Amino acid sequence: MEELKEELKGKIIEVLNLEDISVADIDDSDALFGDGLGLDSIDALELIVLLDKEYGIKLSDPKQGKSIFESVNTMADYIAKNRTK
Amino acid sequence: MDRPLYISHYSKIENGRISVDGNAIFHTDEAQFFAFIKQAFKNQQIDYSKFYKMDNLSKLAFLAAEVLLNEEEDKEDIALVLSNKSASLDTDVKYQGSIQDAANFFPSPAVFVYTLANICGGEIGIRHGMKSEHVFFVSDEFDAVTIFNYATYLIKSLKAKKVLCGWVELFEENYKAVLYLVEERGTALHTTDTINKLVKN
Repeated sequence: MEELKEELKGKIIEVLNLEDISVADIDDSDALFGDGLGLDSIDALELIVLLDKEYGIKLSDPKQGKSIFESVNTMADYIAKNRTK
Repeated sequence: MDRPLYISHYSKIENGRISVDGNAIFHTDEAQFFAFIKQAFKNQQIDYSKFYKMDNLSKLAFLAAEVLLNEEEDKEDIALVLSNKSASLDTDVKYQGSIQDAANFFPSPAVFVYTLANICGGEIGIRHGMKSEHVFFVSDEFDAVTIFNYATYLIKSLKAKKVLCGWVELFEENYKAVLYLVEERGTALHTTDTINKLVKN
């Protein structure tokens, strides 16, 4: 799980072009939206694409996103349980 | 008789060089646009992380506006009249690449939002809090007559106090930005001849 979290942080930084942020700057429980990393609605859509492209997970209900994308912890947990690749 | 309008300041970005009012403020031999614009942005010590999320056309326009407007006050009534040849083709091609292969079909929302040329003007407007008119023309060459008339109309009809005009062209590694500010005070008279020389030289 720890390996997945580190990998996920790297991919988030890459796909969202978080230029001034490194893997070490993101705490597993940091909020991804709002006061945490400050991601926006387009970033949320990119994260949905990331789940599909990298882990073969298609989110059928966008409302699920709110809880899944709460933090790296919640994302990694969801990916570990639902990944198809 | 109508009072004449002037060009108060201008900026240029081309061939790894950035200048304001003819004075170079940054230069690098970096050949790749991506690396050049990133270096230039860091060199200007601008605190605006959204820059890194922009497409290349927006980065070019944003930086050309930034170096020109960073000492301007009261930017709310500045209008934008921009133009180029390739519209958003550079980003359109990148987006097309993400949907070309049915077996690898992952359209990027973050790329898609930049598949319109006037988005670069929106980025400038957001950054500087502009609330005036905004238009983007696409033509094979800089159309001095149209841009001149549009800018003049905006100021004379009191729709804007100043107008940021110019040419912001980018496709792959070919890029050039020339922005100039039209207002009631300045150093060079605002004429089609002046702006043609400014943009095409």
